[in-house]
Amino acid sequence: MAKIICECGHSNPTGTLLCGKCGRPLTEEESNKKVVDMRYEGTAIRSKTYKTTFIDRIWNFFSSVKIGVTLIVITLVLAAIGTFLPQLMYVSVPPGVSPVDVYAEKYGFFGRIYYNLGFSDIYSSWWFQIVVGMLAASIIIASLDRGIPLYKSLKNQRVLRHESFMKRQRVIGEKSVDEAEAQKTLDSVEQEMKALRYKVSRENNALLAEKGRFARWGPYINHVGLIIFIIGVMLRLMPGFYLDKSLWVREGETAAIPGIEGYYVHNNQFIFETYGDSQEAVSESQTAADAINARAKNYQTDVTLYKEDGKGEVLAGNTEHLEKIKDYSIQVNKPLKYDGFALYQMDFRQNELKTMNFELVNKKSGKSFGKVSIDLTNPKKEYVINKDTKIQLKQYYADFSGFKDGEPQSASGIPNNPAFIFNMITPEVPKGEMSFVAIKQTLEPLGETKNQMKFSSVETRNASNFTVRQDKTLPILLVGGVIFMFGVTIGSYWSHRRLWVQYTKDGRILMSAHTNKNWFSMKKDLDQVVSKTNLPTYIDQLDQDKKQDAEQGKGDEA
Amino acid sequence: MVQKKKRLVIRSIILAILVAAIAYTVYVTATKDPNKVIKAGDSAPNFVLTDLDGKKHQLSDYKGQGVLLNFWGTWCPPCKEEMPALNNAYAKYKDQNVQVISINIAQSNFEVQNFVDEYKLNFPMTIDRSKSVMRAYNVDQLPATFLINKEGKITEIITHGITETQFEQYMESIKPQ
Repeated sequence: MAKIICECGHSNPTGTLLCGKCGRPLTEEESNKKVVDMRYEGTAIRSKTYKTTFIDRIWNFFSSVKIGVTLIVITLVLAAIGTFLPQLMYVSVPPGVSPVDVYAEKYGFFGRIYYNLGFSDIYSSWWFQIVVGMLAASIIIASLDRGIPLYKSLKNQRVLRHESFMKRQRVIGEKSVDEAEAQKTLDSVEQEMKALRYKVSRENNALLAEKGRFARWGPYINHVGLIIFIIGVMLRLMPGFYLDKSLWVREGETAAIPGIEGYYVHNNQFIFETYGDSQEAVSESQTAADAINARAKNYQTDVTLYKEDGKGEVLAGNTEHLEKIKDYSIQVNKPLKYDGFALYQMDFRQNELKTMNFELVNKKSGKSFGKVSIDLTNPKKEYVINKDTKIQLKQYYADFSGFKDGEPQSASGIPNNPAFIFNMITPEVPKGEMSFVAIKQTLEPLGETKNQMKFSSVETRNASNFTVRQDKTLPILLVGGVIFMFGVTIGSYWSHRRLWVQYTKDGRILMSAHTNKNWFSMKKDLDQVVSKTNLPTYIDQLDQDKKQDAEQGKGDEA
Repeated sequence: MVQKKKRLVIRSIILAILVAAIAYTVYVTATKDPNKVIKAGDSAPNFVLTDLDGKKHQLSDYKGQGVLLNFWGTWCPPCKEEMPALNNAYAKYKDQNVQVISINIAQSNFEVQNFVDEYKLNFPMTIDRSKSVMRAYNVDQLPATFLINKEGKITEIITHGITETQFEQYMESIKPQ
């Protein structure tokens, strides 16, 4: 690999703009500039150095700022298209229907294409992940390529720079003095700059005062933050890091929390409040739809959280060793948070049947033998009213749906439409009489009965639907975000300022100054030093061209 | 030259890591099916349930034996239909180290006991009240039958009604040799 040998004898890598030792411009282009580009201290950006192997070519591709910006734009455009139609997770797809048909039905041909291309679940689309991955690669490689040479160059700074380097800085000054005067000036400059909290180094007849070098690392620090953030988002897609599930729990029930091993939730009570009927839970006649129309004020489920206490093995089905953790009222936007997961109130169902009350009566006289209350979730075999009077439950159908081949059928295990076969034992009929009882339907399959189970009332209960969320990537995202902001702050509010002064052999004092941003403050520092020492007055080479309109220097970013 | 080689190696390593990270992310997302967490070949999640006679059944206690898990509900016609077949097959294989555990989904004792009496079922009948076993096995359709071999691995998941001959074949397949 060819090296560039500077006039001072220093050997620089190919692609170097300013000599690493003395600062002489090394290219034709750089020599013709009035003010040199100090962004990377004139070092060779690594990608521009070698273009030999295949790996180098890929490396150089990602190192390019143009490619980086292009990737950012592509990412933003794709993400924007992802907001045209609702994402899959916000679309309700009825069971048995393919999601693509839902999109096609709602949004026509465009919806079908949108779904098939994967825009409907953009974060899970392979092409989106590849684009973001390439963006991450671009950030990492571009930072390495620029950051490492910049770091080396700033670490090995020379105090004495060549005159051609000094002359090509934005702020310069020059004046002829004698040797003794020059030494005195350098001493006083050192003192003044130290008072302004610059770090000063001397080398023979040269001086370098420097402040805030760390400001140059701002962009690299915020890139580190971005990479951590992207890693966090990537982990979210991995199993075990992110969980989003839902469960129904009826009042009085204890259910395992899906995805969270060893935890159970017990629903004590669901409370629904509207404006107008303040404390009272909603009256029984109201359906959920009516209830919502009645201007909801509060949806709340009082729950108890249980955990297996560790005495038994953590096992599915093992509910013997449950230890109460806490009682909590889950409200909308007020989830129950524990051990890294959260339970959100999402939905509710009101007035599911829980208990049915019957009265055993004599059909003719209407005389009552007594009442029987049947818990629909746990019916008993026998209900004793007194010594000679009892009800035997022969069959129970929680969700009676009609007869098939003469046999009653149940559509589900949920007591939506309970039906019973009772054997009624009374002193009059000690052998008992069989009766099939369903809501608004009574059959007497084995002949007419003297008595009947007369329906008297029901008790209902509500069910709550929760969403379980667990996001283990949040701390990573937070750390990434904090580092990012830290980098941005450093890069925005601090600047890297340098002042070079030297006494030449032919009896002149040369000065030049550079800052990566905020020239106004740099000049304030300079004004103070110049006024208190024998430094020459300086000129701003850019100001000479642009007059005074850019006093508050914009400067380059590092 | 040495430096050039070192540079090439470092760049290759960094690029390889980046490519691997992207490829892995894409792979995981592409193969992630939220509805099928459990599949044949996985080891069967351990659980413990109490049967109607009060006896505890913990899956891990049956290591070394084949286990057939049958999830069901009384409201599910194919579940009911396959019960006598399962009962007969159980009678044949219970002495050949094939265990049957039937798991009802959160119904009442009354309904389950009634059903067992009516069908004269002899295999252990448990009720998964908290639905935690159902969730662990990701059962969303009944009947669901899981075949577990003597190493505790799921060999097959069947989500439709099964005949007696089929039950026998399945039990034969998980019978320890």
